Amino acid sequence: MDLKKRTSRIFVLLSVVVPLLFVADLLVGGVAIPAKVIWQALTGGDVEASTRMIILDIRLTKAIVALLAGVALSVSGLQMQTLFRNPLAGPYVLGISSGASLGVALFILGMPLVGLSGSSLGSALGIAGSAWLGSALILGIIASVSHRIRDIMVILILGMMFSSGVSAVVQILQYLSHEEALKSFVIWTMGSLGDVTRGRLALLLPAVLLGLVLAVGSIKPLNLLLLGEQYAQTMGLDIRRSRRLILLSTTLLAGTVTAFCGPIGFIGLAVPHLTRMLFRNADHRVLLPGAALTGGAVLLCCDIISKCWTLPINTITALLGIPIVIWVVIRNQSIA
Amino acid sequence: MIALQNLSLGYGSRLLLEKVSTRFAAGSITALIGRNGAGKSTLLRSLTGFLTPTEGDIRLNSHSLREITPGELARTVALVTTERVRITNLSCRDVTALGRAPYTNWIGRMQPEDEKVVMQSLERVGMSDYASRTLDKMSDGECQRVMIARALAQQTPIILLDEPTSFLDMPNRYELCRLLADLAHHEGKCILFSTHELDIALSVCDSIALIESPDLHHLPTAEMIRQGHIERLFGMENFSILAGVK
Repeated sequence: MDLKKRTSRIFVLLSVVVPLLFVADLLVGGVAIPAKVIWQALTGGDVEASTRMIILDIRLTKAIVALLAGVALSVSGLQMQTLFRNPLAGPYVLGISSGASLGVALFILGMPLVGLSGSSLGSALGIAGSAWLGSALILGIIASVSHRIRDIMVILILGMMFSSGVSAVVQILQYLSHEEALKSFVIWTMGSLGDVTRGRLALLLPAVLLGLVLAVGSIKPLNLLLLGEQYAQTMGLDIRRSRRLILLSTTLLAGTVTAFCGPIGFIGLAVPHLTRMLFRNADHRVLLPGAALTGGAVLLCCDIISKCWTLPINTITALLGIPIVIWVVIRNQSIA
Repeated sequence: MIALQNLSLGYGSRLLLEKVSTRFAAGSITALIGRNGAGKSTLLRSLTGFLTPTEGDIRLNSHSLREITPGELARTVALVTTERVRITNLSCRDVTALGRAPYTNWIGRMQPEDEKVVMQSLERVGMSDYASRTLDKMSDGECQRVMIARALAQQTPIILLDEPTSFLDMPNRYELCRLLADLAHHEGKCILFSTHELDIALSVCDSIALIESPDLHHLPTAEMIRQGHIERLFGMENFSILAGVK
């Protein structure tokens, strides 16, 4: 079996590459720290307090966030592409990120307007919660019209409309808001892997893990949905339950990451295509773990590049993702 | 195998079938014909549980459709639709293997027994040499055969097909219908397919179900021709020429 050999080889390769990139991500940063010192800090050896803080609180946390965000966005993108049978579906294009933005805007900008404000952890929870609600709302709307969005153009137009609508509301909020709230929202929209503190990681990690567990549970439904809902149903699939499971999983994955890191574009859209090219497979038992590993590797790469030239992470993911999107549109092949 | 009892079907106030009763036997192939919009697809959809009858009952294998669980239904009825499935990287074997879904575990793990059924199904439709080819690189006729292999892998006593010949050229149409007749006569499947190809229907099928909304006439093929329902419905005066085909 040629394909099986290829599959296991790529899995072995990826599981070597991902830890290597993770270590590389720890090594790269504004301050040059020798690998030996990093190792000592990680293993609790004798290191200066400031160096220990840089390594453990900043670099390690950020590397973990990059890995988690890459995994989560890619898996949710894969699920959406199959569920909506559209190669251009993804958290960003579908407007999930816009929905999350709307939620966060209402929370950061709207709350002070009505005279409310929360404590630090409270606001972290609030941001996550409002992003979840916002993305769940958009996913719900999309799911309710999903029988119409098999067309590759419709989904682009819908996504555009959602983002425009959201940005209109956000602009109204910005117009009414105070400087401080405005600043923290604008910073959030830029997308950053570095704003996640260890306390917030304690929220991000379980939410993403739960989303991944649900994603694993959606593997068989996703495989059946490759042939479309009608076929899936005649093969015994409970369409409504599977849809709910998949949408809950994508909301947890994409919504949470967007909540804590801001809207990170193109990973969820491009990585599933990269994964399909790598594995030459359509089986989600291969694609789902494959997309998770590829996504982790890609976002770690992007983080390393962004640190080397101190660029915002979104510029790197866009430059990487756009050629893939163009390639998909030009080829316009059905993937799912 | 399939029994319609006093069945009424429709959307809202529009009734397509009214109080229809008939049965389709195991080991027989039936063509479902009728004008556009007469309710051929609607009847097929209701047989797979997509649409609940407004009145009456459908019994499959003497179980009422209302009482059958989705899992049981998937082991009783397989459907082949008109939809063209072209998925990059999905091989014929993969597609056929999806037909095993009602029998596999939560993640769809294939047992050796399942693999055997898949290969037998592909062989039955003459596609075993194409097992590792992907669907996007195959002709319409070949794809249709693979979708039928998938239905066979589902190991159901009933197979429904919605216009299975529509994308095929003439030789392929005949070949496909001969395959379906063969499955009915040699494997005891109950096969019901909708079609606009009257000549093929008359030459291959054991019986014809003709929808003349809101009635359904279901008669053995020769009897159907003799009673003149087809000529009346399709307004073809010289249609009797075709009667010689059977």
